[in-house]
Amino acid sequence: MKTPLKVIGQARRRVDGQAKVLGQTKFADDLVFTRMLHCRLLRSTQPHAVIKGIDASKALAMEGVKAVLTGADFPVSYGILPVSQDEFPLCREKVRMVGDPVAAVVATSEEIAIEAALLVRVDYEPLKTISDSLDALKNPEPRIHDYGDHGNVHKAVALEFGNVDAAIDGADRIFEDHFFFQGNTHLPLEQHAAVALMDTEGKLCLWSSTQTPHYVHRALAKALAIAPHLIRVVATPNGGGFGGKTDPFNHEIVVAKAAMLTGRPVKICLTREEVFYCHRGRHPVQMKFRTGVNKDGMITGMDLQTLLDGGAYGSYGVASTFYTGALQPVTYALPTYRFRGCRTFSNKPPSGPKRGHGTVQPRFGQEVQMDKIAVALGMDPAELRLKQLAPANSITANWMKISTSGLRRCIEEVVKRSGFHEKWGKLPKGRGVGLACSTYLTGAGLPIYWNDLPQTGVQLQFDRSGAVVAFCGATDCGQGSDDVLAATVAEVLGLTTRDVRLVTGDTGITPVDLGSYSSRVTLMMGHAAIQAAERAKALIGTAVSKKLEIPLDRIVFAGARVFDASDPAKGVSFQDAVILGEAMHGTLGTSGSYKPPPSPAKFKGGGVGPSPAYSFTAAVVEVEVDEATCFLDVKKVWIAHDIGQVMNPILARGQVEGSVYMGLGEALMEESTFRRLPANLSGALVHKYPSMLEYKSPTTLEMPEVDTVFIEDPDPNGPFGAKEVGQGPLLPMPPCVANAVYDAIGVRVDESPVTPEKIAKAVWEKDHGREARFGPKSFPVIEWPEASKVKTPAEGGDGTASNEKPRKSKLLASGFRLAPDSPGAKVEGVKS
Amino acid sequence: MKNGEQRIDITLNGDKTSVTFPGFKTLLEVLREELNLTGTKHGCELGECGACAVLVDGKPVLSCLMLAVEADGTKVTTVEGLANDARLHPLQEAFADCGAAQCGYCTPGFLCTAKALLDKKPHATRREIAEGLAGNICRCTGYIQIFEAVEQAAAKMEAGAKK
Repeated sequence: MKTPLKVIGQARRRVDGQAKVLGQTKFADDLVFTRMLHCRLLRSTQPHAVIKGIDASKALAMEGVKAVLTGADFPVSYGILPVSQDEFPLCREKVRMVGDPVAAVVATSEEIAIEAALLVRVDYEPLKTISDSLDALKNPEPRIHDYGDHGNVHKAVALEFGNVDAAIDGADRIFEDHFFFQGNTHLPLEQHAAVALMDTEGKLCLWSSTQTPHYVHRALAKALAIAPHLIRVVATPNGGGFGGKTDPFNHEIVVAKAAMLTGRPVKICLTREEVFYCHRGRHPVQMKFRTGVNKDGMITGMDLQTLLDGGAYGSYGVASTFYTGALQPVTYALPTYRFRGCRTFSNKPPSGPKRGHGTVQPRFGQEVQMDKIAVALGMDPAELRLKQLAPANSITANWMKISTSGLRRCIEEVVKRSGFHEKWGKLPKGRGVGLACSTYLTGAGLPIYWNDLPQTGVQLQFDRSGAVVAFCGATDCGQGSDDVLAATVAEVLGLTTRDVRLVTGDTGITPVDLGSYSSRVTLMMGHAAIQAAERAKALIGTAVSKKLEIPLDRIVFAGARVFDASDPAKGVSFQDAVILGEAMHGTLGTSGSYKPPPSPAKFKGGGVGPSPAYSFTAAVVEVEVDEATCFLDVKKVWIAHDIGQVMNPILARGQVEGSVYMGLGEALMEESTFRRLPANLSGALVHKYPSMLEYKSPTTLEMPEVDTVFIEDPDPNGPFGAKEVGQGPLLPMPPCVANAVYDAIGVRVDESPVTPEKIAKAVWEKDHGREARFGPKSFPVIEWPEASKVKTPAEGGDGTASNEKPRKSKLLASGFRLAPDSPGAKVEGVKS
Repeated sequence: MKNGEQRIDITLNGDKTSVTFPGFKTLLEVLREELNLTGTKHGCELGECGACAVLVDGKPVLSCLMLAVEADGTKVTTVEGLANDARLHPLQEAFADCGAAQCGYCTPGFLCTAKALLDKKPHATRREIAEGLAGNICRCTGYIQIFEAVEQAAAKMEAGAKK
C-alpha cells in the first residue's frame, strides 16, 4: 500500500531559509578566529614560463609578514582525477598560465599580505605559448605538460557502436554540420574562500567554500602527506557553485600548510579576478556532426567529433571529454554511433565542469542539427523528435541504461503551451520560436576514484528528547540539499523538517558523501536517508509494538506519533516512542548508504555517462530579432522537465528557472575570451573580461517570463521516484535560441553565444547570396586512436569492445590510505 | 587614535555606534571586519554585483564603493537590522517562503535594495521591481522568484498598513 507523501512534494520554506534572509548563514569568508593570519597568492604574469628563481627576502623583511611559501614547500602534486595529478599548490618548475600561483604571503593583515606579495620577485624565462586547441594541435612543442597522449594533446578517445559508416552512407540524406561552443564561467556570487587552523587536538581543520569536501580531504592528505584521519574538511554553505567549486584548489592546500607552519588560523579569500583565473568552467568545444537520415526522418547513425580546449590543467577534463559524447543516444534512439573526442592543453585557465558538464556543447550541436534536418525534410521539429525518442526501459547503442523517460510528455506539453505548431514558420518576420530537448544524469554511476565503497552515507541519531539528528557529508551549494535531507528523514519518520537537526558536509564528523556534482545528491543521499530512517523505524517500532501490544506490521509513524493503523488512538508520541526504543535497544543510532547499480557499459570509457536515472527536458523559446540592428530579445520560455517526483516544488522551480537563466546567459552573452598583451609588456594570454561588469551575464532586465511544467512519473531508481532538476533544464536553452533566431529571420548562428554581431554577419552572408550562416566551416584533422568497437544491444553485443583486452573485474576496494611518515607517498587504492 | 585612523559615529541598525578604523577602509570592510556584521556580502568589491548593498539614510548604497568616513553621522541599515526584534521583515518572510534565496549570498543585498524600492514605491509593478533590482546580480534563481517575493511582501506590507 502506497501512503500519500506528507512532506515530500509539499511546498515549504527550506530549512536554511530563515538564516539566509537574516544574514546569519556563515560563508567561508564570514569565519573569523582570534590571531587569524591572512594569505595572499602571488600569481604568474606569464602564460608559459620556466621559474628561474624567486626572491622573497624583501617580503619576508616586512613588518607583519609571518611566512612566504613557494613551490619548494609543496613537493607533491594533486588533481581531482587520479589520471591527472598535474597541479601543485604553488608552481615549482614552471607556470602554465597567467594566474598560476607561484608564492604565498602570510601576514597579520590582508593589506600587508597584498603589499608584501608585490615585493616578491620572480625570475621567469618565457616559453612559447599555446592559445587554443588549433594552436595545440599545430604545436606539439613546447609541451605544456609532460604527460598526456602526445604533444599538447591531453586525451583523445574513440568509441564506435555498430557499423556506423555503412549506416550513414546508406541513408537517404547525410547531414554534415560544424559548430563551436564558446567557453564560459560559473560566476558564483561568492568568491572562493578558505580558513585553516590546527584545532585543539592538534589536528588540521579546513573550512572552505567547496562543493566536494571529500575530494578536498583526499587532496590535502596527499599533497601535505598527512594521515587522512587527522584532517577535517568542513564545507561551508556555498555562495553558488555550479561546478566551479568541485576541484580541490591550490589556495585550500596553501592555507592548510600555512596554518601548520605558523600554528595560527590562516584565511584566504580570492578576489573576483582570481575567481576568473580559477575557472574550471565550460570548455570551448569545436564539433562536427555527420548524421545519416532517411526520408522519413529516421536517423540511421551519427558520427560525432569534438575538440575541447582544456586550458592549463587536467581538472575533470578526461571525464569532460567523454561527456561530450555520452548522452547523444540517450535522447534519440541512434541505431549506430561513433564518438571521437580530443582535449588539448593551452596556456589559459583550466576548463572543467560547469552545470551540464561536457554535455551542453554537443547538445547545442545536436539540437540545432535536428532543426536543420527538420527544415530540410519539411518536417515539424517536434514530430521529427517524437518519432525517434530513446525509449524507457531500454539500453542505448552506447550501453546507457534508461529507466523512465517522460520526454514525450515534455515535448507535447511545451508544444501545446507555447502554441509551437501555430507559430513555427508562421510568425511575422523578426519573430520566431525554437524547440530543443535534452537529457541529463541523476548522479554519475561511478565515483571520481574507482572503489567499491558507497557513494554516500547517512547516520541518524535519536535521543530521549525526541531529537533526530541526521549526519551526511552532502554539501549545500544553494541547491537545497539540506532541505532534501531533512524532508526525506521527516517523511519516513512521520515528522516535519523542523523536527530534524542536520550536520552536513563535514569530513571529520559526517559519513562520506562524494559531493554536490553530477546532480547526484537528491538521489543518492535520499536513498541513504531512507535506509537509515527505515532501520530506525524498525527499532523504534519494535519497542512500541511490544509495549502497546500492537502487531509490528500495523505500526504507523505519522503526525509525530507512532500508532496502530487499525486504531489510531492507540499510540504514543514520537518522543515517547524514541524513549521506548532507547529503553529496549540502548542508545539509538542507525545508518544507511547507497551505491548506484552496475552499468552494462563494460568498454573502456563506458564509466562516463551511466546513471541510475536520466532526467529529460523539452523547451520552446520565442525571440524577437530587430532586422535593422539584429538585436535579440527573448520574449518567453516554455519548459517541461521530467523530474520523476518533485521534492519541494518551490526549490524545484527555482532550479529550473535558474537553469533557464544560466542557459540563456550562455546562449546570448556569456563567454570567457582571452587576448594577448602587447609583446613589449609580456605577450601574455590574459582574460579579456575578468570582472563582473564586463563578463556579461543576464540581469533582472534580461530575464524573460518562464512557463515551467513538471512531468512526474516516479522512477523506480529514485528516492520516492525523484530524478535530477539542477542541470538538465539548462541544456535546451542555447539550441532553442539559435533555432528561434533561424525561425525569426532565416539565418543560422552555429556558434555560442548567439550575439547581434554574429546574426548580422549571417544576414550579410545571406544578402550576398552565400550560405545564410555564421559559424565554423571545418573541423581540424586529428589523428584519432583506433576506436573501441562495441556491438550495440540490437546487434547482440554484451557491452564490451571486441578490440579491447578484458578489464579487471575487481576494483580496488580501498578509499584512501597514506602512511603518515611518507612524504610524497602515492595515494593507494586509486585506479590509474 | 593611531596614525591614519578615523572615527565615525553612526546609527547602525537603530543603535548609536562609534567605530575607529584605518581610514582607507570602505563601509563594507568596516561593517564586516570592525563591527563583525558579516551579513553584508561581497562579490566583487568593485561595485559590479550588488551583494554589498546596505541602506544609508534609507537609500541603497554599494558599501564596497563608499569609504566608511563618508558614512559619519548617517543612519546605516544592514540585513541584520531589517527584522523588527524577533519578527522578520515582510521581505525576509517572502524571500524565505518564495525561494528567492537559494545560496543566499546575494540575498542581503537584494533585501536592502528591495526595501528601499518598496519604501519609495509601495505599489511597484513587476517592471519597476526589475528596474529597481537591476544592479543586483543573482546567479541561482533566474530572478523570477525574487520578483514574486517582492510582490508578496508589498502586498503584505500594504495589508499590514491598513490594519
